[in-house]
Amino acid sequence: MAIEVRIPTILRSYTGGAKVVEGSGETLADLLTDLDSRHGGLKGRLVTETGALHRFVNVYVNDEDVRFLGALDAKLSDGDSITILPAVAGGAFGFAAAAAIASHAASVAVAGSAGR
Amino acid sequence: MLSIDRSIVDAIVAHARRDHPDEACGVVAGPVGSDTPTRHIPMDNAARSMTFYEFDSMEQLRVWREMDDRDEEPVVIYHSHTATEAYPSRTDISFAGEPGAHYLLVSTREPDREEIRSFRIVDGVVTEEPVRVLDAAVDPHAVQSYMFGQSPATVDYECSDR
Repeated sequence: MAIEVRIPTILRSYTGGAKVVEGSGETLADLLTDLDSRHGGLKGRLVTETGALHRFVNVYVNDEDVRFLGALDAKLSDGDSITILPAVAGGAFGFAAAAAIASHAASVAVAGSAGR
Repeated sequence: MLSIDRSIVDAIVAHARRDHPDEACGVVAGPVGSDTPTRHIPMDNAARSMTFYEFDSMEQLRVWREMDDRDEEPVVIYHSHTATEAYPSRTDISFAGEPGAHYLLVSTREPDREEIRSFRIVDGVVTEEPVRVLDAAVDPHAVQSYMFGQSPATVDYECSDR
């Protein structure tokens, strides 16, 4: 089963410079695992340590944002075309700062409960 | 160094002023490999926030495909800061995913002062670069240079508060 995957400039160091690669899988997660077997490290740039799709990338199945199709669980079919783009975002204060505050709050909460 | 037409700078600043106090964002496309921004594409800020911007993912797909079809690439990716200086925030740096692009920041904190700065952001490292504004309408050889800030050559912008 061949699925075409379009790779953005920033990730082409993992594909030997190739703009388009092929892979296979029943779901997006399977496809990324398959790609990672030939393009080591690629999956780590797309999936977080906790197993979620990374915030810094957009992945599309044909013309749909995969976040609306079940993210990593999105079902794929032969002939599908996957496009990966870097998410374009930022700002004076936003996600990274908010995430840092949230993770700090979470670690404080964990430390607090661990002490009990 | 970013070289960019005065008409495009004016359009970007106008977009930023129009969306103030929300952050505005967009792209200037140019032929692949030319390093020349030619086609201004204002984008929606899907976050509609005073402190955050985010391209709408579907609009981005459409625009990126269109650039691909026209053999263009995003030469400039711009956004505005509406209350702070035109310098990349940690959020900007963590998201910067186009190593070939000039990241242009516009600050609209002063209503009557144009504040634009350009940066390369590669692997989390920010390098400021001069902006050369080409005023083709007046004289193709007339050039207005903005040499901002800290690095690598330190030339103070005459309007800077520093």
